[in-house]
Amino acid sequence: MTWKQMFTSSIGQKFVMALTGLFLISFLVVHVGLNACIWANDGGKMFNAGANFMSSMLVIRIMEIGLFAGIIIHTIQGLVLTAANNSKRKIGYQVDYGNRGSKWYSRSMGLLGTLLLLFLIMHIYHFWVPSRLGGIGGVEELKKTHYEGALAAQYHDLYAKMVEVFHGSDWSLLIVILYVLGCISLAYHLMHGFESAFRTIGLHNNRYLKLLRFTGRGFAIIVCLAFAMMPISMYLGWVK
Amino acid sequence: MEHYNMNLSLKIWRQKNVKANGAFETYQVKDISSEMSFLEMIDVLNEDLIREGKDPIAFDHDCREGICGSCSMYINGKPHGPWKATTVCQLHMRAFKEGETIVVEPWRANAFPVVKDLVVDRSAFDRIVQAGGYISVNTGNAVDGNAIPIDKDNADKSFAAAACIACGACVAACKNSSAMLFTSAKVSHLALLPQGGPERKTRAINMVAQMDKEGFGACTNIGACEAACPKEIRLTNIARLNAEYLSASLTIDKEN
Repeated sequence: MTWKQMFTSSIGQKFVMALTGLFLISFLVVHVGLNACIWANDGGKMFNAGANFMSSMLVIRIMEIGLFAGIIIHTIQGLVLTAANNSKRKIGYQVDYGNRGSKWYSRSMGLLGTLLLLFLIMHIYHFWVPSRLGGIGGVEELKKTHYEGALAAQYHDLYAKMVEVFHGSDWSLLIVILYVLGCISLAYHLMHGFESAFRTIGLHNNRYLKLLRFTGRGFAIIVCLAFAMMPISMYLGWVK
Repeated sequence: MEHYNMNLSLKIWRQKNVKANGAFETYQVKDISSEMSFLEMIDVLNEDLIREGKDPIAFDHDCREGICGSCSMYINGKPHGPWKATTVCQLHMRAFKEGETIVVEPWRANAFPVVKDLVVDRSAFDRIVQAGGYISVNTGNAVDGNAIPIDKDNADKSFAAAACIACGACVAACKNSSAMLFTSAKVSHLALLPQGGPERKTRAINMVAQMDKEGFGACTNIGACEAACPKEIRLTNIARLNAEYLSASLTIDKEN
């Protein structure tokens, strides 16, 4: 058995989806944790310090390359698998099995993933590009802010950028709606994906599978609700 | 439950041979007893068709007691019809009401080409089993049954997996036309027993390779197969197959 044979087999390809999926899930934990600092309601001081740490630390920047690689591999492998799976039944059924046998979101991972990809393009354009590429080429650099006390230093004001996008622009309402829709897509993607990833890497102990179902759905709902509340909080002016 | 007779409309897939384009045809059947099985109802219709000098509807059947895995009808959008854990031959007409229209289709998957009407070619399953769904034992005197101790739980799980009758409902139900529930049942029932141990790695690798070669899709763990399975083969078996395959393909010491 060659490595190629393994990674091009049906289970091998699913294995790639599961591993990259779990890696992206671990990223979500970091992302939601750091972003939750906006609710410290300190004018973004804690959040900016955290964001600054993430963008100046070499290890994190290297991991960021891995993150992009993970997103790209997960996307391409997902599209390839979905296309291959869809081609296995040339003549379809007159009457569909539909929701009697499975959940709609479990059957729609390709669609939900595509929506997430579109969301990601918008999201990266809003925040990652100005924060990481600001000042390079024609990209506008983020405003700078200075803090005194324990966190005394000069920071790029990513928080101000958030307020601008979600509260201060003419497009804010539309952007907030798109972000919430992105979070809903993510929630359904994770409702299936979290559990499915563990099944794919071979977890078959019934006691753990029960725990996994509970954990997966809990994770999907809590994390995505927290993410969705961020633009909503900003739009409604709950955090300033 | 009270016995009753009913009249029904049947929309059935007719296809001359593997190359022909098929189409649905509608038939009316009268005075069908609620105590008949679904296949007996088709028998009644076929008797009528033969009397009229028409070609009867071809369908697979053998034991008619739910254990051979021959019958394979996709009824009103569900493999083996509306009842849970039931093959078509065990599905009775009391599942339907007077005047109902019933749509009957063959299993749909590229790997299961339609031979005629409702009959599909499921020999792909045979080839998957031939790739590794066995144990190699030299012939000779039968070994004492108690010579190999087996954990009761594993024996039960193995037996439950071995209940698979290879009917193909899992493939028919799956949006990816994946044969993973079938393959996982066949791999699991041997992997759970000590006798399956020696060929464990090659079995998982070869059976999955054959499954892919036959043109079945990949599993996405949606669970439609488990819901449709007449023998209630559990989705957990697929996770076990994943574990068997991954540990085998990551550790086997063979170049090709």
